[in-house]
Amino acid sequence: MRKIKEFVIEKSLLSSALITIAVTFGIISVLAVEAFQFFSEVSIVDFLTDSQWTPLFTDKHYGILPLLSGTLLTSFIAISVALPVGLSISIYLSEYAPKSFRKTIKPLLELLASIPTVVYGFFALIVVTPFLQQIIPDLSGFNSLSAGIVMGIMIIPFISSLSEDALHAVPKAMREASYGMGATKLQTAFKVVVPAASSGIIVSIILAISRAIGETMIVAIAAGQQPRLTFDPTVPVETITAYIVQVSLGDVQHGSIEYRTIFAAGITLFVFTFLLNTLSFYIRKKYRQKYE
Amino acid sequence: MAKEIKVTMEKAIEKNINISSAIAEDENHAARIDAKDIKVWYEDFMAIKGITMKIKPNTVTAFIGPSGCGKSTFLRLFNRMNDYVDGFKMEGKIKLQGNNIYGKKVLVEELRKEIGMVFQKPNPFPKSIFENVAYGLKIQGIKDKKFINARVEKALKQADLWDEVKDNLKKSALALSGGQQQRLCIARTLAVEPSIILMDEPTSALDPISTAKIEDLIFELKEKYTIIIVTHNMQQASRISDYTAFFYLGELIEYDKTKTIFTKPSKKQTENYITGRFG
Amino acid sequence: MNSIQKNRLKDQLFKFWGIACTLFALILLVVFIGDILIDGIQRIDWDFITDLPSRKAEKSGIYTALMGSIWILLLTTIIAFPVGVAAGVYLEEYSKKNRLSALLEINISNLAGVPSIIYGLLGLEVFVRIMGLGASVLAGALTLSLLILPIIIVATRESVKAIPQSLRDASYALGASKWQTIWNQILPASGGGILTGVILALSRAVGETAPLIVVGALAYVPFAPASPMDEFSVLPIQIFNWISRPQHGFVENAAAAIIILLLITFVMNGIAVYFRNKWQKKLK
Repeated sequence: MRKIKEFVIEKSLLSSALITIAVTFGIISVLAVEAFQFFSEVSIVDFLTDSQWTPLFTDKHYGILPLLSGTLLTSFIAISVALPVGLSISIYLSEYAPKSFRKTIKPLLELLASIPTVVYGFFALIVVTPFLQQIIPDLSGFNSLSAGIVMGIMIIPFISSLSEDALHAVPKAMREASYGMGATKLQTAFKVVVPAASSGIIVSIILAISRAIGETMIVAIAAGQQPRLTFDPTVPVETITAYIVQVSLGDVQHGSIEYRTIFAAGITLFVFTFLLNTLSFYIRKKYRQKYE
Repeated sequence: MAKEIKVTMEKAIEKNINISSAIAEDENHAARIDAKDIKVWYEDFMAIKGITMKIKPNTVTAFIGPSGCGKSTFLRLFNRMNDYVDGFKMEGKIKLQGNNIYGKKVLVEELRKEIGMVFQKPNPFPKSIFENVAYGLKIQGIKDKKFINARVEKALKQADLWDEVKDNLKKSALALSGGQQQRLCIARTLAVEPSIILMDEPTSALDPISTAKIEDLIFELKEKYTIIIVTHNMQQASRISDYTAFFYLGELIEYDKTKTIFTKPSKKQTENYITGRFG
Repeated sequence: MNSIQKNRLKDQLFKFWGIACTLFALILLVVFIGDILIDGIQRIDWDFITDLPSRKAEKSGIYTALMGSIWILLLTTIIAFPVGVAAGVYLEEYSKKNRLSALLEINISNLAGVPSIIYGLLGLEVFVRIMGLGASVLAGALTLSLLILPIIIVATRESVKAIPQSLRDASYALGASKWQTIWNQILPASGGGILTGVILALSRAVGETAPLIVVGALAYVPFAPASPMDEFSVLPIQIFNWISRPQHGFVENAAAAIIILLLITFVMNGIAVYFRNKWQKKLK
């Protein structure tokens, strides 16, 4: 009797764990099925090479490049803000800051990451864009610059926190050896600690990029809804995620080609983030072994 | 091009002479440490309770005592490694060749080039063997490759490691055995040509054969360097040191010629410790 | 200036740069919150919380959206909590080192990084269309449950891992079965850590906007949901809707609603930190 009970419990716990596999399977098959139907109507060559994305107009074009360029542009701006600031914070906190300071600051920084993204969208549109317009008068009301900068601020704690963990995991003996040779903290940080923690730092950067690519509300609110193939940060653009939101807000019939475009856009997004996440997983595995 | 290299090399050599000039007056390029009434606290805990001692040049001095007696803390005062410990506080004066090493104008980086350190566990950097030994030179801004190569080879030879690694200098230092790693760490220290070498239980993580090799090495290095070694192994202290200092509960109980300490110690506590009655 | 002095100068400069970066991030946090407070605080009163949405900014309230958020929160907790904890316990206590466990591990790590909007597409197709739930609170809660499942699983695993082996040994030695040990010893001992993770995951769910928009949550709902099958809106969507309107009155509304949303998020985070500290003390 007891054995049966134990068996049933184990299997039901297992089935909970298997739900996660079902979720992945579900995501892939949903995206694949709808995207497959999309590609039976639109040639994949057009999808990858056409420089216009106008599924909601009468003259329909289905080129993903404008959405992709919008996504990459905002992500690039975000990472350019978050990487130097985030890494500097992590090195400062791990190598210079007193322990008590580190302990108070880290949760405060993580508070930045807990703010809902719709709130960041508000900042970008209502605060940052008007501010930037004073410096760049030509900046339009919707633009990738302010969306990117605010997204960068949101991502800072991802990089600073994870990188700090990695730096902190480097054995103290390594630092002492370097100090003992007459190195400054800066030399020790950049010649010994950062190289030793490089895999962890790279993981944090990859995850931050993945996060930026998939970020939705900030760009939907502040970057605009105009798909265009450009790398000009002052004009409105549209990202893959913002397009999905735009279509979802409208009244699009299930089974129509417009409906399927969001899955075609979604699978493109998924492929990018899936590759980045898998890469970070393997780097992290290798790095874990190094210190155990 | 050739001229340029020559100039850098001359500069590098010149710099080195400058740094050592104060010490070079002493015979055989060795230094003397003079510690007076040293007290150390970590937060509220008093780790060193007033120690005065002089270290003689070109000798091996062993610090012995039970764990927690302050011998490592005291050793790490000489190259100011305790500076980065939270809550560290010190009173007293430590003089190196008559200069206060905790003085306001002292650059710790310069001091640490003069006083090298070998740690308890071998701690090579996750870099190649060559890069490990060249590290100290490179952080000084020396770029002359010939000069660096020559120093690396010399240091590895001094540390008795050259023959084992000369064909794989580019191999990762982490691939070496524990004993080899520790000799690499000694070579790394020697490469910047310090005058004093501090060793904090350098063989405690090593097997007996590697330990013997390091002990031989210490014996050879004594000719050129002043060595202070912390050890919990009393046989080791008696084998390799000229002077022995016995620490207990943050105090220096007895400090004398090693022979005297191990044959007729003047304090009861010392006798109890070396005969194994406690500690 | 010799090379050591130069290196020292660089060292000091970097130190100040590091402090500047840290302060930059913190000052922005203060500026953001301060700006929101200035924009929205005078708009908050009891009517703002109890009023239905309206075409006129000054008459609009967050009642339906707030109710929608509470519904979503409750249903998501009911669905995600047991499944996530069960999966976490399985992975830490039962799963052996084999291909299945390796697959589960990489899969969960990957799911944690899937953009939230992709979960929206999954929910739209599976819950809204195939299962026929429509754009209901239930469909939204199911979608968000899947979204936060990886967070709960990881938190559960870490809390269970932190329990010393001696506790398990003691229980087994008294003749307890594996499940009895888990139920009576391990879950109570790791409860604080699990709770922390669950609350943090839920605070993430409260702030989610994109997946619910995709699932079909509406910007304008005249009534608060009365059953899991009703249409709904949530606070972040209400905020998004107000931000998108040109009239200034709505910006003020958006700021006021953001204050409420941030209050909920920060309170949840605060509770989570409180439980974590209490639990970590107990663990020691």
